[in-house]
Amino acid sequence: MPYLTIDEKRVEFNQGQTIIEAAVTANIDIPHFCWHPKLSVSGNCRVCLVEVEKMPKLVIACSTLAAEGMVVHTHSDKTLEARNAVMEFILINHPLDCPICDEAGECKLQEYAYAHGKGESRFEEIKVRKEKRVQLGPFIKFDGDRCISCSRCIRFSDEIAKANQLTFVKRGDSVTITTFPGESFDNPYTLNTTDICPVGALTNQDFRFKSRVWEMSGTDSICIGCARGCNTEIWVRNNEILRLTPRSNEDVNSDWMCDKGRLNTFKFVNANDRVDGTMIRENGELKKVEWSEALVKAAAGLKEFKSTEIAFIGSSYATCEDNFTLVKLARSLGVNNIDFTQHILPGDQDDILIREDKTPNSLGAKLVGVKPAPNGLNLEGILRAIKEDKIKALYVMEEDIAALSNEWEEACGKLSLLIVHATNHNRTTLLANIVLSASTFAEKHGTFVNFQGRVQRIKPAVGTEEMDRALDGMNMSRWDKFGTKFDRWMQGHKYDAKPSWKILSLLSLQLGGKIKYEMAEAVFSDIAKTINEFNDLDYDVIAELGAQAKIKQTLAV
Amino acid sequence: MVEKKRKKNLSFLERIYVVEIFKGMILTFKNMLRPKVTMQYPEVKFEPPASYRGRPVLVQERNGVERCVACGLCSRVCPALAIEVQAAETELEKERYPQKFEINMLRCIFCGFCEEVCPEEAIVMSKDYELVFTNREDAIYGKDKLLIPVDKLQDRLEFLRKFK
Repeated sequence: MPYLTIDEKRVEFNQGQTIIEAAVTANIDIPHFCWHPKLSVSGNCRVCLVEVEKMPKLVIACSTLAAEGMVVHTHSDKTLEARNAVMEFILINHPLDCPICDEAGECKLQEYAYAHGKGESRFEEIKVRKEKRVQLGPFIKFDGDRCISCSRCIRFSDEIAKANQLTFVKRGDSVTITTFPGESFDNPYTLNTTDICPVGALTNQDFRFKSRVWEMSGTDSICIGCARGCNTEIWVRNNEILRLTPRSNEDVNSDWMCDKGRLNTFKFVNANDRVDGTMIRENGELKKVEWSEALVKAAAGLKEFKSTEIAFIGSSYATCEDNFTLVKLARSLGVNNIDFTQHILPGDQDDILIREDKTPNSLGAKLVGVKPAPNGLNLEGILRAIKEDKIKALYVMEEDIAALSNEWEEACGKLSLLIVHATNHNRTTLLANIVLSASTFAEKHGTFVNFQGRVQRIKPAVGTEEMDRALDGMNMSRWDKFGTKFDRWMQGHKYDAKPSWKILSLLSLQLGGKIKYEMAEAVFSDIAKTINEFNDLDYDVIAELGAQAKIKQTLAV
Repeated sequence: MVEKKRKKNLSFLERIYVVEIFKGMILTFKNMLRPKVTMQYPEVKFEPPASYRGRPVLVQERNGVERCVACGLCSRVCPALAIEVQAAETELEKERYPQKFEINMLRCIFCGFCEEVCPEEAIVMSKDYELVFTNREDAIYGKDKLLIPVDKLQDRLEFLRKFK
């Protein structure tokens, strides 16, 4: 392999790589604004200037190809002086409004100005003013003043989102970014530009001014918007999710996620219609009761029916752990009628990330065995059997079954017993006899299997009543670490909910069953033991980036 | 009995005490005639100098708007985590304002870091030292108690411009 020397360190590279790419593989940091590993080279910010021996002038590391025997200096006097000068140039027209800028705290310009800047300005003239608070697209606010014209957003739209919508207009110091005439910046991936924008020029309208970034804790998670399962980070302050950002995973989502996933998949966690504690229907009204009472009632209710009169519905929204425990409970009761439904939006799919299947775990539910046992009924069969009064009790886990169709809604109304695990009130809870409040994806440990068969982990970012951030090892912000119950910024509501596998396990105890899980990890190790596709996997193997389940391609959903 | 040894033997005049008592009385009477330093608080209130660090307050401009842009730096720098800020958007040029600004006076240690870090000169230490509350909730001061018209804070603002 050819090699070059960067800062006296021997760095091997592949033919065709640029200096900055070689440096990144060797963990050498060369400052850069316009260069992004996933985008084409543009070379207009000039901050990655480095000194290469035997070259007459400094060269930009992002577009200079690495060559055999090259000797690069990233910290020589000449380089530092040039870097300083470039920083001064970029900062000439950049407003000093970090206090009101959402990017502050995760801003490249702020970091580099601190690390490589002079610390003071020689520029006494009036800065060039541009348009502020421009609504660039449905979800994005653009601040012309702050833009340093790196063109990352333009290249992202062209190359990754394949939507040619943004462009530079004007020249010199009045250059600014706008959409093409008649166009709106409205492709499905626009908000990724707010992540790659090195300054606060493009900001997320939904998150605007909600919190400073250093006040939140970040927790690795998975997007539940579709079967892609983009790796995300959940940002939480005061037990409330404020935003989602994508997390890098080359095998799944690269560095990106779609706007729908980013904006619409977390708001239900803190919504007003959350089910807060278990409920039992008495005289037509849902009444809040203790967990123990609800579980005793549910167990007693199930015991009244023959196993052929009961059906279970799993969920492609729930984790593998939840579905596996459900299957186990059904088997222990001798119930063969068990199935789940997928939520497919035909045609809503592209070659980038978005998948037709709008649930995160259809494949996982299938793999852990949510399917009718021999002689059992599938979803349609269950519906027919309810209509014919053959099935009288339905146990639904995290699925709004009544919203599937009017037929289902009528059928649910006909049942003698409807037990529902629900995170939020929905059409099914309206008809349910017993509602058990389930934790959302942001409140539990678990695994999802995406459409590629990749097993990925979710972790709790928001605490429920039974959880404690410190004792349960959840990620904590500075506020979480030092807050007391008397501080108003610590009084974010904790819902009274439990993960479905735990509810099922508690219910099994009431039914005299043998399912006794204490931790999601224990459920998963049981899955790994009993289901071939999950052999050899555990939470440590899955880790941050997931692991491939051993599936045959024909099984793919 | 052990005889106590003095460093210096007392002279005759010292031994008769009369002179010494008289000397002491002179000092006493001298001080009786001096101006009093005791302040009859609360009938008389102490007016602190501009350098005094009383409770932190928010500067309210003459048009009634607070200077604060809710950047949250005071909240970040506060070693006692006394300050909570929630920003929101405003149509004004400053773009953001504090929808909620609360200082927990039970946590505040009057260090003045918030004032020092503020990029807008929007939070300053006042001369107010009379802080009384009877429960934890009352000790959390919201914008209603924190906003003080800028004219009342001129002393401190001038002090800051001179010495900060």
